[in-house]
Amino acid sequence: MARLSDLPLSYRVFVKGYPFRRIDPVPWAPLAKPVAACRVALVTSAGLSLPDQEPFDEGVRGGDPSFRVLPADTDVSTLVEHHRSQAFDHAGIDADRNLAFPVDRLREMAAEGRIAEVAPRHLTMMGSLTAPGRMVKRTAPEAAEIFVEDRVDLALLVPV
Amino acid sequence: MCTQTTGLVAAEIERRGIPTVCVQLLREIAEKVRPPRGLVVPYPHGFPLGQPNDPPAQRLVLEAMLAVVEEERGPGPVLRELEADER
Repeated sequence: MARLSDLPLSYRVFVKGYPFRRIDPVPWAPLAKPVAACRVALVTSAGLSLPDQEPFDEGVRGGDPSFRVLPADTDVSTLVEHHRSQAFDHAGIDADRNLAFPVDRLREMAAEGRIAEVAPRHLTMMGSLTAPGRMVKRTAPEAAEIFVEDRVDLALLVPV
Repeated sequence: MCTQTTGLVAAEIERRGIPTVCVQLLREIAEKVRPPRGLVVPYPHGFPLGQPNDPPAQRLVLEAMLAVVEEERGPGPVLRELEADER
C-alpha cells in the first residue's frame, strides 16, 4: 500500500490538514445480477483524454472538475495524460495507460465471459481536485447519469 | 486527492442504483472519504493496478474488485485489502 510518508513533504502537510469530504450516509446498491451478466464501465481519475478532446485545464484553481467520455473502442496508446500532480511517478501510466484505465483488460474479460460486456462509454477525470464542490454539484451527477443511460450494471473506479 | 474524487463519483453512481468498487491507494484517506466499496492495493501512487505492461497483475486487481462486489452484502463502507497471495 502507498503511505502518506511516501509523499513529498509539502503534499504530506497538505493532506494531513485537508478536510476530506466524508460520504454520509454511504449509499449501497446491491449487485442485481451475476458479474458474468454485467455491463461494466470504468472511471479513471488519471486525467486521460483523447487527442481530439479538449485537454483538462491545469490552470483552474482547485482543479478542473470536468470529465471526458472515452468510448469502449478507445486505443489506450493514443490517450494523453493531463494529471497535474507531481506527488506521484507518472512513468507507469506513460508506459501503459491500462495501469489507470484498464479497458484492454476489460475487453479480455468480456471475451472470456467473465463479464457480459464492456460499457459503451467510460469516464476520465483529473483527480487532483482540492475544491470538489463544483464536481459534487454538477459534473459527478452528470457523469453518473451517463452510466444510467447506458444501463451499466457495475462501475470500477481507478484513482492514481 | 484522487481517492476523494473517485470516492465522491462512486457515491453518485451508487445513489443511482449502480454498484461500484474503488481502488484505494491510501487506507487512511479511504477511511475518511468512505466510498461504498474499496479495495486497498499494495502499490504506490501512480501504479494503481500494479505494473505497466503486466496484464496478469492488472487482471488480479480487477478480479479482486469483482470479488468485492460479488461477496460483500453491505452495508458500506466496505474496505478490503488485496491479499498477499493474490499478488
